[in-house]
Amino acid sequence: MDDSADRREVLRRMLTIREFDSTAGDHFADGEIPGFVHLYIGEEAVAVGACAAIEDDDYITSTHRGHGHCIAKGLDPDRMMAELFGKTDGYCNGKGGSMHIADVDANMLGANGIVGAGPPLATGAALTNDLQDDDRIALSFLGDGAVAQGQVHEAINLASTWDLPAVFLVENNQYGEGTSIHDQHNVETLSETAEAYDIPGFTVDGMDVTAVYEAVEAARERAIEGEGPTFIEAETYRYRGHFEGDPQEYRTAEELDQWKARDPIEAFRERLADTDDLSESEFDSMQSDVEQTIEDAVAFAEDSDYPDPEAAYEDVFDVRPPEISRFADRTATDGGKQR
Amino acid sequence: MSTQPDAGPDPSDTETMTVREAIRAALREELDRDGDVYLMGEDVAEYGGVLGVTEGLFEEFGGERVRDTPISEAGIVGAGVGSAATGARPVVELMFSDFMGVAMEQISNQMAKMRYMFGGKIEMPLTIRTTEGGGQGAASQHSGTPHTWIAHFPGLKAVTPGTPRAAKGLLKSAIRSDDPVFFFENKMIYEQDGEVPTDPNYTEPIGEARVEREGEDVTVAATQRLVGESLDVAEDLEGTASVEVIDLRSLYPLDTDTLADSLSKTGRMVVADESPLSYGVHAEVSARMVEDEFFSLDAPIQRVGVADTHIPFSPPLEEEVVPDAADVRAAVERVV
Repeated sequence: MDDSADRREVLRRMLTIREFDSTAGDHFADGEIPGFVHLYIGEEAVAVGACAAIEDDDYITSTHRGHGHCIAKGLDPDRMMAELFGKTDGYCNGKGGSMHIADVDANMLGANGIVGAGPPLATGAALTNDLQDDDRIALSFLGDGAVAQGQVHEAINLASTWDLPAVFLVENNQYGEGTSIHDQHNVETLSETAEAYDIPGFTVDGMDVTAVYEAVEAARERAIEGEGPTFIEAETYRYRGHFEGDPQEYRTAEELDQWKARDPIEAFRERLADTDDLSESEFDSMQSDVEQTIEDAVAFAEDSDYPDPEAAYEDVFDVRPPEISRFADRTATDGGKQR
Repeated sequence: MSTQPDAGPDPSDTETMTVREAIRAALREELDRDGDVYLMGEDVAEYGGVLGVTEGLFEEFGGERVRDTPISEAGIVGAGVGSAATGARPVVELMFSDFMGVAMEQISNQMAKMRYMFGGKIEMPLTIRTTEGGGQGAASQHSGTPHTWIAHFPGLKAVTPGTPRAAKGLLKSAIRSDDPVFFFENKMIYEQDGEVPTDPNYTEPIGEARVEREGEDVTVAATQRLVGESLDVAEDLEGTASVEVIDLRSLYPLDTDTLADSLSKTGRMVVADESPLSYGVHAEVSARMVEDEFFSLDAPIQRVGVADTHIPFSPPLEEEVVPDAADVRAAVERVV
């Protein structure tokens, strides 16, 4: 975020996330996107600020709510949308969907259906970096709910014991599914838990993209210097339910309005108007570009084919074992039931 | 390009070693061969492994590549998964397989599913070594044989060597594999010795059983400790019954063809595996034989295993439930 072009790109990525996810919500409601989706709207400053502070070949791990991390890491909305639609041109050829979207080529190690599973993977990626003397880090996004899961403790303890180049970034959106964080944790701030590992821990305003950027930039620097991991808590809020269709009876409309008054995109847009001469017309034009990009992504997803049903039997292993061929040939087990 | 064909490894050049030594030799050779290979686990470095398997490797390869970890099974297995997914080739030791439960989330939801969920766009070259088996008075939480959990779970390979040769060759294949492989070591056979090929390029393929002794009357399909015990039974019964003994070696994939060929010859089968009898290795082998060789069967398939109990502490109780040569012999005698 050193120059004005970088800052404009940060704004564009936040807008792209919001547009992508609100469009995904619409197509989920229409029934075009199967399963369920967890939307990132409201939290855009965390993913974008963090990914702006790391290098392209740094690794990230993600959460249930992973679309924002993908876009922030530079993934292509076309292939993302195709994945959500379960189509063959998706990043995972339709096998992963919203909750397991990944792009290994971009060192994005996947959204995850298990809330605390990302940190051990990030510790492992950081260990590879350390062993291979790569000048890169692993950044793990996790939710406030994940902090209560045991494997997160094991992962941070291991990373701090070995001074691995990792950053643990907690997106505290105030609710673990439908339960307030105050009913899930007994600490004032989640970043206090960093003391247990003797690593730096601090809480930043997750609605402020610059604050997130600066925190992750410092944490990355420390990781690269071999000083070990950092624990960052970014306080944020999701505007939508835990999942689309969540009745959200656990929170009030007033609370939502209070957070929306601190909207991360609006705040950053105002800042750029002051510091970088971002005009209203330029913003409008950026917004319509983004809308076009997402409209194109939907068209791409709709045009893409569903995978051949036979593809269900591939990718369990490097090479298909005889068992899968044996059982996939239904004449062998059930007298030839037709699909 | 050379026109000289590669002579390939020579399996006839062998050395007598124990299972423990064979495993250590495989680890040493693979650490030496590939800089991306490293070991981590509880007490595997300076201590040399709680059962002595990794002794000397820390001194030889250093603390970066032979790493002591905290007692964090979920953390170290998860780190192994993340590390394998990013270009390294970790070998993780879980001191006792009973501890797999602590790490099961990372095993079942990450390690096993990642390649599939990502549409085949990732490799998972991860080996998990762990110990199994009763017979040491180690009681219920250090004596289990849960390998069927892994063999049952799509995306994981499970191997269970019964000889030093299989131990070395299969571990080398596991480490070289781009899929996650669980390598189950029965701790009662660490001192069992046998001939092992010394060529560092020699490996045993995962997914192939091995006929350890040929016979005509009955097939004993065995794993781990029960391979050796079944060979003893076969020898004792020589003159009375001709017993063919097969080391399954690999539970998943399972070598159905070798088993079916043997059954078509003998018409009788005993499946001997030290795991609980319900829903396990015995059931899978039996089902495949019924599917493929039903008309070769001259007698009901016999199962030797643990009668769906845990492994108790008190010696007479442990001896009661852990299957041995006498159980294999009784099963053979029921059908021949």
